[in-house]
Amino acid sequence: MRTVQKTMDIFQKRKLTYTLVFVAFIVIFAGASVIAEFHPIDGIVSFPAALQWIGSNLIPDEAAIERLPKILSELSETALLSVAVTVVAAALSFFFSLLGSNITKGSGILKKIVRIVAAFFRNVPDVVWAMLLMFSFGQNILTGFFALFFTTFGLLTRAFIEMIDEVSTNCVEALDATGAGFIQKVFQGIIPSSLPGITTWVLYMIETNIRSSTLIGILTATGIGYLFDLYYKRLDFASASLVVVSIVILVLVIETISNRIRKVIL
Amino acid sequence: MTNETALIMKQIGSHETNRSDRDGKPAIRYARNGKIKIRAKSKSQLAMHLLVLTLLGITVFAFATFDYQGIAFGSAVADTLRNIQTVFLEPELTRDTLSGVLYQLLVTFCLGTLSTIIGAVLAFFCSLLCARNLANSVCVNVMKSIVAVARAVPTVLWVLIFAVSAGLGSVAAVAGLTFHSFAYLTKAYAESIEEMDPGIIEALKANGSSYWQIVCQAIIPSTITSMVAWTFMRFEINFANAVAMGAAAGAGGIGFHLFMAGSFYFDLHEMGLLTYIVVIAVVILEMISTKIKAKVR
Repeated sequence: MRTVQKTMDIFQKRKLTYTLVFVAFIVIFAGASVIAEFHPIDGIVSFPAALQWIGSNLIPDEAAIERLPKILSELSETALLSVAVTVVAAALSFFFSLLGSNITKGSGILKKIVRIVAAFFRNVPDVVWAMLLMFSFGQNILTGFFALFFTTFGLLTRAFIEMIDEVSTNCVEALDATGAGFIQKVFQGIIPSSLPGITTWVLYMIETNIRSSTLIGILTATGIGYLFDLYYKRLDFASASLVVVSIVILVLVIETISNRIRKVIL
Repeated sequence: MTNETALIMKQIGSHETNRSDRDGKPAIRYARNGKIKIRAKSKSQLAMHLLVLTLLGITVFAFATFDYQGIAFGSAVADTLRNIQTVFLEPELTRDTLSGVLYQLLVTFCLGTLSTIIGAVLAFFCSLLCARNLANSVCVNVMKSIVAVARAVPTVLWVLIFAVSAGLGSVAAVAGLTFHSFAYLTKAYAESIEEMDPGIIEALKANGSSYWQIVCQAIIPSTITSMVAWTFMRFEINFANAVAMGAAAGAGGIGFHLFMAGSFYFDLHEMGLLTYIVVIAVVILEMISTKIKAKVR
């Protein structure tokens, strides 16, 4: 009898928790809606309208087809840009993460500085970088390059530091015991053991950067983002949706390729 | 590894490090000249080298083909450094009051909260249809492809697409942000459901529980920790995205002020202060979510 009583209590307690959480979320939701001036009903109405927009503009018209070569050239530039940014940032981050990881014995100050610098680059919004660079570089591909570079650098440095600390500690200890120098430790211990992790991160960042470069393109009037913004503001929705479709295809292709590569590598 | 990085690594699938050269026989391999080979050649290593070379090749090709429009690189860098100095070393409020800016921060915060809540609720129900151990394979495949496409569209494009019907503003921003977080969270939730112990579901099925009883009594209790972790991580991303959407899609909040200060008034001092406020907010969020994650575990 007692055990039955107890199990009932568990279910009742669970029910109570669910209800409380539910009510809390409703309250938070209502409060946030008021402050952000968000009208849930408008939100619900906008869903079918947006789907309808997608449906009616998904099939490109003749004018949009004519613009396809231009879209594709911007798209390939975006893809090249995101690969270049990621590779350069990864190389630099790897160097910095060596300084920031526990592998480097000695001063804790250096480690702290590297970590703070990485946190700074990671947390300053890419929007700020884009606008800052816009003043000096103008409508140039380098604006997008550096804006993406700074955030990618911050993110990858942190990721690499954590990965090196996790993956390479044992083999570095072993190499230490054999009396290996710093360079030997890096090339014989750290790089081989962390390369799979590094490539996984690089592939992930390439994909992310293609998406972010659209945002930065809209802000700095460069690349594929600008093309979308241009067609969108001209109300040439068929061409704009062709841009969206081409970005989606590019991202999906890269996702598929990197999944394949990961399967082989890991 | 911190929770967040571990979660990302899990989603992008890098935890199985079963290298193929380890399950090979421990036989000694000799080179042609009779020396013992000390490096094991394997398919995965070859693929890795090929990948590194390809990526380097693409990078070199990219730098060679970019259209630099003959930019004066040196002076541009010097200008950038001067601007960075102004922004980060001389932050100052010139047109707004501090309370006004903090209120805008709250608006951005609310945009992030709303899109996370709606996205999480939608994603929870969708992930039930996306998990291989709950739904049939046709349904899973259809849902997974829909989610993959929704994830591939950049957030800003979702916001602008919703802006066609709802007009620029918080409705379009929340709807657009929701769409992307919904797709992201569905994938994450479905994976945590798939990782669950199959015995629990089996046991409940055996004693005749209904579908929703299984969901409420088995799936939610055993996946709640990872779901909470994912949702908080997404909340942090949504907050950063809400700042960006304010700037790029006129969605209001501190991002919009940032955009106005930077691109309309060219007021670098104010831009600096707003940036600092955003950075502080993000760091505080990061700290809170680390604490919550630790508590949930």
